[in-house]
Amino acid sequence: MLADRDRIFTNIYGFKDKSLKGAMARGCWDETKAILSKGPEWIINEIKASGLRGRGGAGFPTGMKWSFMPKKSDDRPNYLVVNADESEPGTCKDRDILRHDPHTLIEGCVIASFAMGAHVAFIYVRGEFIREREALQFAIDECYAARFLGKNTIHGHMCDIVVHHGAGAYICGEETALLESLEGKKGQPRLKPPFPANIGLYGCPTTVNNVESIAVAPTILRRGAVWFSSIGRPNNVGTKLFMISGHVNRPCLIEEELGISFPELIERYAGGIRGGWDNLLAVIPGGASCPLVRADDMMDTLMDFDGLRQVNSSFGTGGLIIMDKSTDIIKAIWRISVFFKHESCGQCTPCREGTGWMMRILARMVEGCAQKQEIDLLFEVSKQIEGHTICALGDAAAWPVQGLIRNFRYDIEKRIDTYTRHADK
Amino acid sequence: MSVRRLADETLQPKKFFFSSRNLVWAEKTIAQYPKNREQSAVIPLLMRVQEQEGWITRASIEYVATMLSMSYIRVLEIATFYTQFHLRPLGTRAHIQVCGTTPCMLRGAEELKKVCKKRINGEPLITNAEGTLSWEEVECLGACVNAPMVMIFKDTYEDLTPSRLEEIIVLFEEGLGESVPVGPQNGRFSSEPWMGEG
Repeated sequence: MLADRDRIFTNIYGFKDKSLKGAMARGCWDETKAILSKGPEWIINEIKASGLRGRGGAGFPTGMKWSFMPKKSDDRPNYLVVNADESEPGTCKDRDILRHDPHTLIEGCVIASFAMGAHVAFIYVRGEFIREREALQFAIDECYAARFLGKNTIHGHMCDIVVHHGAGAYICGEETALLESLEGKKGQPRLKPPFPANIGLYGCPTTVNNVESIAVAPTILRRGAVWFSSIGRPNNVGTKLFMISGHVNRPCLIEEELGISFPELIERYAGGIRGGWDNLLAVIPGGASCPLVRADDMMDTLMDFDGLRQVNSSFGTGGLIIMDKSTDIIKAIWRISVFFKHESCGQCTPCREGTGWMMRILARMVEGCAQKQEIDLLFEVSKQIEGHTICALGDAAAWPVQGLIRNFRYDIEKRIDTYTRHADK
Repeated sequence: MSVRRLADETLQPKKFFFSSRNLVWAEKTIAQYPKNREQSAVIPLLMRVQEQEGWITRASIEYVATMLSMSYIRVLEIATFYTQFHLRPLGTRAHIQVCGTTPCMLRGAEELKKVCKKRINGEPLITNAEGTLSWEEVECLGACVNAPMVMIFKDTYEDLTPSRLEEIIVLFEEGLGESVPVGPQNGRFSSEPWMGEG
């Protein structure tokens, strides 16, 4: 269990003073100048050594990502872009960082932009987070007034932060779609390569990081890579914000160490499963795009990247959706298909057409009005989408459906049988 | 993907202008982006249009395009692609966006939709007879641990029950929307593990 002194987000629920003064009393902006004076190389190496993996879902090592930025640039400026387009169903951590603990993120922007030779950071907040955006802008204005940001800063690094926002497109959480959107276009992902580190925003070298990845960086540098990497187990280190939603007694957001066991996480913070542990049916462990896992398989699972891979799912963003036995599991996955159908950007045919196909077949399966062979057809369609699109939205739409068929095929068949039995009545 | 079109010509006002306050704001916003990259401001500007007018009209699309030196079609593309832009007039006192994605659905979003259908209109995006209220189902609004929830204009109302939503709708209908406390409706502060009152 994570000790209070090891928490990075000390005001995640907003109980305490959110102002710059309050944040500084809790340790933000402490010795930022001393950290910067050690140089970009040291910062990147320290982040690498800490083992921090990106918190946005893919888990790519953050330090390595920073090191991809060209050291000596041509005339083009470097940019840092923070991805606050949090829209994965089950995920609501960045929202609380933005509205309650924004100074962790702002200080992270200064340090990260320094490490990658950037002087401008864009924070792309999803359009629906209006109050969150206002809270962030308020905190940024405070930092300008206190000369933590701007041209002539007290830590010596010139840094401007621009808060930008979207308008309700999940796809803009994909890094290249986000850049397109930031350039004032439709959010349709770009082909890679070229990667953003070479040609990103406005054709300039750009690094896109998740809010949480940037917000934890200052504390890691202050307390040392060794401290961060001592939490959790190798390859899965550090603290993480977990979101527990669905059928638990107390849905909540909580910072815990990676690798905490699933039952402990639920029992300690979320007050257990509604109706007791025997009532647990399945869990979607890391946001809607992760395949669901049956209750039995979750009981020994450690909540980190490797732990969830062992049960054929993925850790994603750490947003757990808990479903008890009252859940119509086919309908729950159908609703996720509706989501992906709605959010497909329409660029690649397999995804644009396929997400609609899967949604319609699943809608019939919710009723039971289907042929059993269509279960295989559905699986086949999902395989035709997976891996055949520019970005990962196609994969993300396919995995929940595959997870459903893998784990609950019998329930789909049973429903088809029931429907058929009553067909002529 | 959702197919979206502009509202019928009969509903479209002839002209659009930013208010003088919004015009100052727009110029400041455009200046945030590098030179020759003014197009980046298109989403913020359209959003401000929506705040001023309540929805995105054809005239406003042309106005924003001229302001940013973009072709009309590029701005039209933005207005139809991003689903947060409303392309038709909605309830003047409240437009209720019910989050219906799985985490909210598991905790009762369907009951909230029933309340909206009963109190406002059987169909989404169409106002009640007085034109004061409308509703729609939207995809995940990012407050999953406070499910189920709705968003009205800029604020979220979380940890809802159908009866509490009904009360909120009535208050907005009477023009008393501002009296409703924002955030969790059950006494909880924000996203903390909540034991219940008392």
